[in-house]
This record gives sequence, structure tokens and C-alpha cells, in this order.
Amino acid sequence: MHGLINRSIQVFLTETYGERAWLAVARGSGAEIADFESMQSYDDAVTGMILAAAERVLQKPRARILEDIGTWLIAKRQPDTVRRLLRFGGVDFVEFLYSLDDLPGRVRLAVNDLDLPAMELEEHAPFTYTLTLRGGPPGFGQVLQGLLQAMADDYGALAVIEQTAARPGLEVLRIQLFQTDYALGRGFQLQAPAS
Amino acid sequence: MNAMIPDAVLLPAKACDRLMPMHMIVAASGHILHAGPTLQKLVPAGLQGKRLLELFESRRPRSPERIEDLAATPGGRLRFVLRDGSRTQLMGLALPLNKGRLFINLSFGISVVDAIAHHALTAADFAPTDPTIEMLYLVEAKAAVMAESQKLNERLKEAKREAEAQALTDTLTGLGNRRAMDEALARQLARGESFGLMHLDLDYFKDVNDTLGHAAGDHVLTEVAKVLREVTRAQDVVARVGGDEFVLLIRGVVASEVLMDLGRRLIAGLERPIAWQRRHCRISGSIGITTTDRYPRPDADRMLWDADEALYASKRGGRATVTMAEVPAAIGRASRRKRG
Repeated sequence: MHGLINRSIQVFLTETYGERAWLAVARGSGAEIADFESMQSYDDAVTGMILAAAERVLQKPRARILEDIGTWLIAKRQPDTVRRLLRFGGVDFVEFLYSLDDLPGRVRLAVNDLDLPAMELEEHAPFTYTLTLRGGPPGFGQVLQGLLQAMADDYGALAVIEQTAARPGLEVLRIQLFQTDYALGRGFQLQAPAS
Repeated sequence: MNAMIPDAVLLPAKACDRLMPMHMIVAASGHILHAGPTLQKLVPAGLQGKRLLELFESRRPRSPERIEDLAATPGGRLRFVLRDGSRTQLMGLALPLNKGRLFINLSFGISVVDAIAHHALTAADFAPTDPTIEMLYLVEAKAAVMAESQKLNERLKEAKREAEAQALTDTLTGLGNRRAMDEALARQLARGESFGLMHLDLDYFKDVNDTLGHAAGDHVLTEVAKVLREVTRAQDVVARVGGDEFVLLIRGVVASEVLMDLGRRLIAGLERPIAWQRRHCRISGSIGITTTDRYPRPDADRMLWDADEALYASKRGGRATVTMAEVPAAIGRASRRKRG
């Protein structure tokens, strides 16, 4: 698994539950890693060990933790790099949803060894979409569920996102869009804020 | 020609605005007849009716005399600079229409990042076919990745600094460093073992550095380290404690004549010319010595101080000499002076 993903899990746990919670997770995981480096690759098993330890330490189901990670990436993480990069996908939430097909390619342009599952958006009925993920690590759909929900808020859209299928290598999310201009949303300017 | 391919397409102005939001139509007189919506954002005071070359400075072609010159560059390629505070650069294409009019389509090219900041443009200002937004995405994504790599570099540098601080070796010469000498002194004194302490300072080393450069200086230092290893035994401790300063801890030896002889052999070794790129570097050294048996209760700081004093006596005495420390009789009390 790419270090960016493992590092995100670490920063999420540290910022949400505190340094001590993270250390308990790291120690309890048996992975013998105290700090993930963003630009390094780790054995896929390590991520599973960390998540299993987080379930035990936080007393929360894994699905819930993964969904919270997705939400946190958009709504809380500072600097808001992931949110900004995703907002380049479209001027409104529907356009953003359609840009998800390109997301793995876009991500590879930025970080060429960061592989995301293939994504395919389909509109089944007006304002009802399914997003099919193929070949991702298990649980990726749950992260995306939290992330899309937070992106809907970010655009000021009212949407409900739920997972309808989760099999190894295939996850499906259903996106029900009620209103595109439900709230003001968070602004987005093309110009990056001065760092 | 294939009848299926039309040789002319009539596009309403609204369609042109959507397809090419940075286009304009210019009359033969040089006045702007129409400008697309994104260009309008660039010139809030309005373009219509204004003279093209009063709003834009043409860099290619340079100073066109007539408006049709704009379409006469190879391929009709243009480079403009916006005549306002922003000096926004634009590139484009000019094509002749009927009645001497020109159709000009512009884009930002590589200056787009600055242009967006200056003119508060949004994604809606670019045609869906325009990869500008993708370019901005990449610029930002790459900056984020660079920032992560930089953080990693910082952490590695910090780890290296820490490791170096903990290390006991002088990386250039492979001798011990000041930390190694401090530890060796403390260890020997704690065990109550006797030893001789020599402080060596190179003579004329600065001249080598100044005339032949630091690479020559570094070479000389590694040769000096060889000499120091030659004249000492494996159980002695030799450390480089400053640029051209060395301290030698000679275990079990306190006899002045033995240490003086060792010092003189050391200086003789240092005075052998050192070859460097077909030149010869000549240096020497001054030495000060003290021994544990001169103190009722030997103390590292005190001994280093006295060896240092003796060294400076050697320097004053004309360099390339060895001096034994003169330790006053009244040293039963604690060290008079702390080494700084």
C-alpha cells in the first residue's frame, strides 16, 4: 500500500483520537512501524494490521472507521490538499461525480505509483447514480462513501450515499442526489492559497 | 472534394463564445467588434469599440503596421501582452475573415497560473475542451507531492544530524572526534589509569588551505591522520578536536622523555612533504604535553587546559617544538580556571 494512504490513516487517528491512541494502535498492530512515510511503499498486509488494531483500540467497526477517514480527508485535513485537488474535477457536484471515472488517471499523473481502483459512474434514473469500483483494496468503497458525502457537503449538494455491494475486488456505491444547491458549500478558487 | 464535408461552417456568435471564450473579431480598422466572455473578464472596462493594439501589445509579430499583418505570421501565430498592471501573456491564432476582418482566438499558455490569480478566473471561464483546468490540477498536485518529499528530506536530514551528534568518528580522517576524546578521558580517569595527554596544533596548515584550497587541506589532514596512527599504538586514543587540532591520549606513559621523544618523532613525520597535484605541501606541528602524575587528583578539563598552555608555549617558542606543561605546585585545590 502506498505510504500516502497509510500516512493518512495515521494522521487521521492522531488528530481525531490523539497521539496516545495512535501509538496504542501502532504497537498493538504488530506491524513494528511507529511512523509512516508518505513517499514510501509498504506491504499491503500492514494496512490491514493497522486497521484491525484500530478496531480493537477504538472499539469501533472497521466500516465506520473507514468512512470517517473519507469524511476527514475532505472536511478536516489541513492543508486541504485532497479537497482542492478533487474540486478541480468539476464546477458542480454532478460534474464532479462524472470526473471520478478519470480519478485514478489523475492521481497517477501526480503520484505515479499510487494506484486507485477503476471507477465507473452510471446514471440509472434522474439523480440516481451508481459508482462501481473494481480491483481496489477491501474497504475502499467505505472510504469513498465518507469522502463523497463530504464532497457533496463541500459543493453544497444534498445527497445520500450508501454501499450496495461489497465483494472482493468489486464494490458498488449508490448516490441519490436530492438537490444540487441545497446549501452554500465551501468556496473554491482555482488559485492555490499562498502557503 | 468529398461532398459530405462542408467547406464552411456558419456559427452563431453565442456558439463561438462557448467554443472559444477567449476569441474576438477585429475590424480592418483595428477596432474590436466582438470579444468572448473570458476576454471580457480580462478587460473589465470592455473591449468592444476599442483599438486592439491599444489594449494588447503585440510581441509576435513585433510592432505590426497594419492589422492584417497579425494574420501574416507563419501559421498566423500571435503573442500578446495585456497592456494593464498584470502584463498577462497571451498566445493565439489570427485568421482573416471577409472585409479585412480578423478572427483571433487567444489562450494563456504557461502564464495561466498568474493570470488566474490576477483576473479571478474560475473553471467556468474555460471551454470544456480546454485542458487548462487539468494543468492547474497538475501544478497543484505536483506542489503537494514536492511538499511531501521535502518533509521526508527534512526528517532524513534531522536523523543524520542526530546520528552524527552521537557518532564518535571524525568523518574526514577516521580518527575519533572531540566527543570520543572526552569519553576516553573520562573513562581513563574513572579507572585511575595514568596516561600522557598531547595537544597538537598544525603549523602552516592555514597557508595550504589559503593557497591550494580546501581539497588540498583535506588531503593534508588525512595524511596527518596516517602519521598520528603510525607513531601511536593501537591502545592509544587519537582524536581530531578542531579544524587542525588533535589530542592524543597515550595510555600508561607518563615519563617526560618518552613523551617528548614521541612528540619529536611526530613532528618529523608531519614535516615530510605531502604530495598534492604535483605540488608539495609543507606543514609542521606544535605540541604541548601533560601527564596524570602531575596532579593529586587529575581532572580532564584541567589537563586539557595545561596541555593547551604548553602547546602555546611551543608556538611562542618558534613552532615545531614540544613543550611539557609546567604545573604549579599548588594544584591540590580545584582547577583554577575552567577550560572554555
